[in-house]
Amino acid sequence: MSTALVMFVAFILLTLGITYWASRRTRTTAEFYSAGRSITGFQNGWAVAGDYMSAASFLGIAGLIAFYGYDGFMYSVGWLVAYLTVLLLVAEPLRNTGKFTMADVLAFRFRQPSVRTVAAISTLTVSLFYMIAQMVGAGSIVSLLIPQIGFRTAIVMVGVLMLVYVIFGGMLATTWVQIVKAVLLMSGTILLSILVLSRFGFSLAQFFAAVAKVTGQYCAAGTPAAGVCPDGSAPVVRDFTQPGLYYHGRWGPLSLISLGVALIFGTAGLPHILVRFYTVKNAIAARSSVVWAMILIGSFYVMTTFLGFGAATLVGKQNIGVMKDGVLVPNQNLAAPLLAQQLGGELFMSFVAAIAFATILAVVAGLTIASSSAFAHDIWFNVVKRGEKHDEREQVLVARIAAAVIGALSIVLAISLRSLNVAFLVGLAFAVAASANVPAIVLTLYWRRFNTNGMVAGMVVGLLSSLVLIVLSPAVMGIDAPTAATRHLIQATPIFPLDNPAIVSVPLGFLAAVLGSLLTRARPDAELYSELNVRANTGLGAV
Amino acid sequence: MPEPTPPPPGDAYVPAPPPAGGVDWRRIEAAPEFRALVAAKRRFMIPATVFFIAYYFALPVLVGYFPGVMERDVVGEINLAYLFALSQFVMAWGLMALYIRRARAFDAMEHAIVARYAPGGAS
Repeated sequence: MSTALVMFVAFILLTLGITYWASRRTRTTAEFYSAGRSITGFQNGWAVAGDYMSAASFLGIAGLIAFYGYDGFMYSVGWLVAYLTVLLLVAEPLRNTGKFTMADVLAFRFRQPSVRTVAAISTLTVSLFYMIAQMVGAGSIVSLLIPQIGFRTAIVMVGVLMLVYVIFGGMLATTWVQIVKAVLLMSGTILLSILVLSRFGFSLAQFFAAVAKVTGQYCAAGTPAAGVCPDGSAPVVRDFTQPGLYYHGRWGPLSLISLGVALIFGTAGLPHILVRFYTVKNAIAARSSVVWAMILIGSFYVMTTFLGFGAATLVGKQNIGVMKDGVLVPNQNLAAPLLAQQLGGELFMSFVAAIAFATILAVVAGLTIASSSAFAHDIWFNVVKRGEKHDEREQVLVARIAAAVIGALSIVLAISLRSLNVAFLVGLAFAVAASANVPAIVLTLYWRRFNTNGMVAGMVVGLLSSLVLIVLSPAVMGIDAPTAATRHLIQATPIFPLDNPAIVSVPLGFLAAVLGSLLTRARPDAELYSELNVRANTGLGAV
Repeated sequence: MPEPTPPPPGDAYVPAPPPAGGVDWRRIEAAPEFRALVAAKRRFMIPATVFFIAYYFALPVLVGYFPGVMERDVVGEINLAYLFALSQFVMAWGLMALYIRRARAFDAMEHAIVARYAPGGAS
C-alpha cells in the first residue's frame, strides 16, 4: 500500500505548490472570489467538469452500474443533459448580471436583505450536504486503501488540506487544483476503459455479450435470501443490460422520473457550479466554458459504462467490498479501484485511488469557496453590515474566516454522519438546489411580474418541501430486517414512497413563487427589470 | 476605453451607477433592435428547451413503464434501452452545436445594440 501513499503525497505536494503560487496573486475580493476573472473559457470548462465529476460520479456511478447494471447508467445520462439547462437558460445571463455569488442575480431586482439571506441559507444548505457526502467518501476511500490512516484522521486531513487551498489560494488555487484533478480523472478513466475493452478484443459486441450474462435479482417486497423472496415467491431475474434492477415495483418508474427532475434541473441551481462562471471574462467565455465542460463530462459519463460493466464482468459484484473478519462486506464505492487492481495490479489501483482522493479534495475545495463567499459577501456584507463602508482587506479576511468555520463544521458533521449513504446526500443536494434555487433563478430572469414575496416564498417552500419529503422517503425511513445492519435512520414505514422528492418539490417551489407574486400587492420595480433584461441579454455594464 | 461601471466601493449590492452619459435601460428595452434580439432568442430557446426536456423524459418513462419494448436487442446483445440512453448524449451534443451556431448571430445583434445605444458602454 505504500505506492498509494506515495501517489497521495505527490498529488498533495503538487497542489500545495499551486496554492503557494496562487496565494501571491490573491489579495482583492475579485481575486479571492473569482480568480480576478482571469480564467479562459477552455480552462474553466475543465474546472467546471472537475467540480461536477465528484466522488459520486467516479466511484458512485461505477458502483451503481457494477451492482445494478443498466439502471446505474441513468445517473450518467441525467447529469449530462442537465448542462443543456445551464447552457440555454442560466450561464450567460448569470455572468452578465452577477458579480460573485448566486445571490447577486437573485438580489438584482429585489434588494431586500430577506432575499439575500434566504439565497445564502440555501447555498450553504446545498453546499454543506454536498461537502459532507464528499468527505464521508474520502474517509472511506483513504481508510480502506491506507489502513494505517483511520476514518477520522482521513476526514481531518482532507478538511485541513482543502482549507489551505481555499484560505491561502482563493478561487485561483481552487480552479487550478480542479483543472489538474480533471486531467488526472479523464486520463485514468480513458486508461481504464481501454484496458476493459482490451479484455474483450476491443469488440463492443463481445463486451455486451459478457454483460448480458451477468444477472441480478429482486423481489416485489424485501430482498431475496438464498434465492427465495421473503413472501416465498421466486425473485425476478434480470440481466445487466436490462432496466429494472434498481428501479422496479409500483413506485420504481416514478422514482426514476423524479430522479431525472432532480438531475436535470438541480445542476442549474448548484452554487459551486454557478460561481465558476464569474471566473471568466464575459458571457461568451461563460458559454465556451459550458461547451468544453459538456464535451468532457459527456465523454466521461459514456465511459462510466465501461467502468461499471467492466467491474461487473471482470471483478464480479460478489467480490466488490472489503474483507472484514473473513467476510466480504460489500462496498459499491470500491468498484473502480478494484477494477483497476484486476486490470493493472497494485500500482494501477493506487493510481486510481489517488485520483479518487484528488477528486474529492478538489470538489470539497470548490464547495468551500462557494459557501464562504455566500457567507461573507451575502450575509456579512450585504445584510449584517449593510450600507457600511468596508475595505477590500476586511472582506477577504471575513471570507477566509468563513471558509475556516465552514470547513471545521463540515469536518465535525462528516465524522458524525459517517454511516450515511454518500449518494443519498448528493441526491439531497441536487433536490434542494432544483426545488429552492432554480425557480428563483429562472423566474427572476424571465418573468417581469415576479416580486420579492414570490421569490422568498418559492425558495422557502422549495427548500423545506424537499427536506421534509426526503426525511419521509425510503431514503431515511424504512424497516430493516432484524438480522441486517441498520440502514435507515427512522425505523418505520416510509410516508412518501419515492426515493427522490424532486417531482413534487420542484413544482411546489415554482407554484409558491408564482402564487407568492400574484397574490401579494408588492409590485416589482419595472425599471429594475428593464435593467436586468437589457444587461442579461446584451452584457452591457457587466463586471 | 473608460470603464463604464466602476465597481462600487466595497461590494454591498448597489445598482451599478449608469455610465457617464447614463444608460437609459427602458429606452434600450423598447428599442426595435433589442426586441428583435429577445424575439430571436425566444424563437430558439423555447422550442430547444421543450424539445430536450421531452426527449430526456421519454427515457425514464419508456424504460420505467415499457421495459418489454426497451429490452429488445438491436445489435447483438445491445438493446434499445442502452441505445436510447446513448442517443441522449448525441442529442445533448447536437443541440449544443446548434446553439453555438445560433449564438453567433445573437452576439452580433448584441454588439450592434451596445454600439448604437451605449457607445463606450460595452465591457
